[in-house]
Amino acid sequence: MAGLDEGAPLFVQIAERLADEIADGALAEGDRVPSTNELAAYYRINPATAAKGISMLTDDGLLEKRRGIGMFVAAGAKARLLAERRKRFAERYVEPLVAEAGRLGINADELIALIRESSYMQKGTGI
Amino acid sequence: MTPAISAAGLSRRYRGQLALDNISFDIEPGTITGLLGRNGAGKTTLLRILAGHELASAGTVAVLGACPFENEKVLRRTVFVREDQSYPDMRVRQAVEMASWLYPDWDGDLAGSLLEEFELPPSRRVAKLSRGMRSALGIVIGLAARAEVTFFDEPYAGLDPVARQLFYDRLLADYAEHPRTVLLSTHLIDEAAGLLERVLVIDRGRIVFNTAADDLRGAATSVSGPAIAVAEFTAGRSVWDRRRIASQETVVVAGALNETDRARAAALHLHLEPLTLQQVVVRTAATPQASPQERTSA
Repeated sequence: MAGLDEGAPLFVQIAERLADEIADGALAEGDRVPSTNELAAYYRINPATAAKGISMLTDDGLLEKRRGIGMFVAAGAKARLLAERRKRFAERYVEPLVAEAGRLGINADELIALIRESSYMQKGTGI
Repeated sequence: MTPAISAAGLSRRYRGQLALDNISFDIEPGTITGLLGRNGAGKTTLLRILAGHELASAGTVAVLGACPFENEKVLRRTVFVREDQSYPDMRVRQAVEMASWLYPDWDGDLAGSLLEEFELPPSRRVAKLSRGMRSALGIVIGLAARAEVTFFDEPYAGLDPVARQLFYDRLLADYAEHPRTVLLSTHLIDEAAGLLERVLVIDRGRIVFNTAADDLRGAATSVSGPAIAVAEFTAGRSVWDRRRIASQETVVVAGALNETDRARAAALHLHLEPLTLQQVVVRTAATPQASPQERTSA
């Protein structure tokens, strides 16, 4: 189980890994995604588990099947993934950040300054 | 679909001791199922009955639709790889050749490449092999037989982690190309967890779980943090285990957690960690029962 250990069901982790690759462009639209057998061999998991992960993304319309050839990243998949992640950004990252800052007595201005500083350090994030 | 393996009301008694106690289950064709449980839980007894090596005291079993005992038609389509398998006095090459006569779907090329990968010298006498090499020979035969139903009973005595990983990888690769029904009994649950689609957990001759492996992973969650917060979070939940040090507490709660639970745990500064398959099995099989019986089966 190469690198899969986060406790979520394995097929969900497979789906998330692939979604990450689509979101950051490693898998571009129209690219063929690894087959279930390739995924099974790489992650050392049962092929049925890999197939479940793939079908999660197919159900979401992020992957499409081309008969006899394999599964491919669907048109518009990256934009849709990014839009969905932006929607969840505040809930997943900002709210816990603000809460922890509050516990540590860091006020909003200081927090914003810290974010600017970090953004400056990691140049190119465009904030 | 006809199950590849099925048992109904299966019991096995040894001199008054019940090794299997009224077990019923079906296994669908084309799945890898883990047979899990403690020593003496009845795993080997069950496999021996399914492989036609012994008879049940009560109940019925069907493998590929028929009773396996003394049934040539069924036995040619099944292979049974035992822990510490013994062989007649012969060389590795001969043991493999004999196996090739037995199984109609035998793949000689696969056997050859596996012998190389496991570094088994074909001309060595089986009696001169180390324990691990003898296990590897069993694995080579079990995989190259490509039998429709493949039983592995703790097939890796004496094998080091590298050789075990090789076994898992080759099993997965060949299974992907040639789907078949595999029933694998193992103690090394975490190691094999990713391979398993289903798990059959037995304890004291009875079935504890017969379910998808993914359902058992995360069937319980360990919740840790400040004892007060842990108490608040776990109130009203079914608790499997509780450990405490100073003001910190770790509690294992049964059942899956949803998004709301996770958000609440985060707000309470609690650390959540789903139990692995192995941890779930250990907890369920370790529960003491009244008058545990000694079993004569190994």
